[in-house]
Amino acid sequence: MPFAVAGGILAASFGILADEAGFSDIAAVIMSAIVFAGSAQFTAISILAQGGGAGAAVAAAALMNSRFLPMSAAVGPSFSGGPIRRALKGQAVVDHSWALSSRGDGTFDQHLLLGASAIAYTTWVSGTAAGALWGDALGDPDALGLDAIFPAFFFGLLLNEIKSRRARGVAALGTAIALVLVPFTPPGIPVLVASLASLVGLTRGARAAVLERQEAEGEAR
Amino acid sequence: MSTSATVIAGCALVTAAIKAAGPVALGGRELPTWFTSVVILLSPALLAALVATQAFAEGDRLGLEADTAGVAVGGLVIWRSGSIVACVVAAAAVTAALRAL
Repeated sequence: MPFAVAGGILAASFGILADEAGFSDIAAVIMSAIVFAGSAQFTAISILAQGGGAGAAVAAAALMNSRFLPMSAAVGPSFSGGPIRRALKGQAVVDHSWALSSRGDGTFDQHLLLGASAIAYTTWVSGTAAGALWGDALGDPDALGLDAIFPAFFFGLLLNEIKSRRARGVAALGTAIALVLVPFTPPGIPVLVASLASLVGLTRGARAAVLERQEAEGEAR
Repeated sequence: MSTSATVIAGCALVTAAIKAAGPVALGGRELPTWFTSVVILLSPALLAALVATQAFAEGDRLGLEADTAGVAVGGLVIWRSGSIVACVVAAAAVTAALRAL
């Protein structure tokens, strides 16, 4: 329940901020209804709000969503049905339902995943609509400090991602790359180039850490 | 097509393709280790860059603004309390208060 409340508030923030990034109310709701990927949607509109172009916004959203590839691949064998049904069920994979439905042994409860995603979807779309409509009544978003919601929200997500020393190093490197580029490149580009910091993952130590974790998961099976 | 329509269509297509590719093309097969390793580190790289550019940059200028302080307070709040809602509310409130001064 607290998660649904937080989800609703985030969805409403998305609706308000999409307004600020130049989206109509309807466009904000349509985006939540057909994209249904919170962090990618926040990423795309925050790049637009910074003055970046559509190409940079979509590219950054795609990079942000790349984590769904290993996540949905992990769920794949737990989905019943042929390739088309499994592709459709794959659309339901979001961070919250994926984590919730994991049985901890490498398999997933597909009914739990689909059910949790259905609730998350309803909250996300209706929350966006509430935010988009309510946002117009709030007045000047800058005077209310609403533009600080984006980075504060990303900061919260970031804290979850930097539990290892390697991840903290990559975050620091990404920050440095982005800030160095700000004065010289169009908006949106610094964030895209900063994603190259993830290539640290190609080092032997990083690959060994992934293997170690996969083996630990295999043993749990 | 307007910018918002282009961004919505682009995001919808790439998201659907990524989520469909996992269970269909890769169903049951393991992804190469180097790939997973890079993808895991993409989130911290992107999130850190998004936080930094939004907190410190105005267009092509770097500087400390009201929102820089707001984000710093929001960061402290989530670090201490773990609540994303409190973090977001604190960041907006501090930014708004500094701008009202």
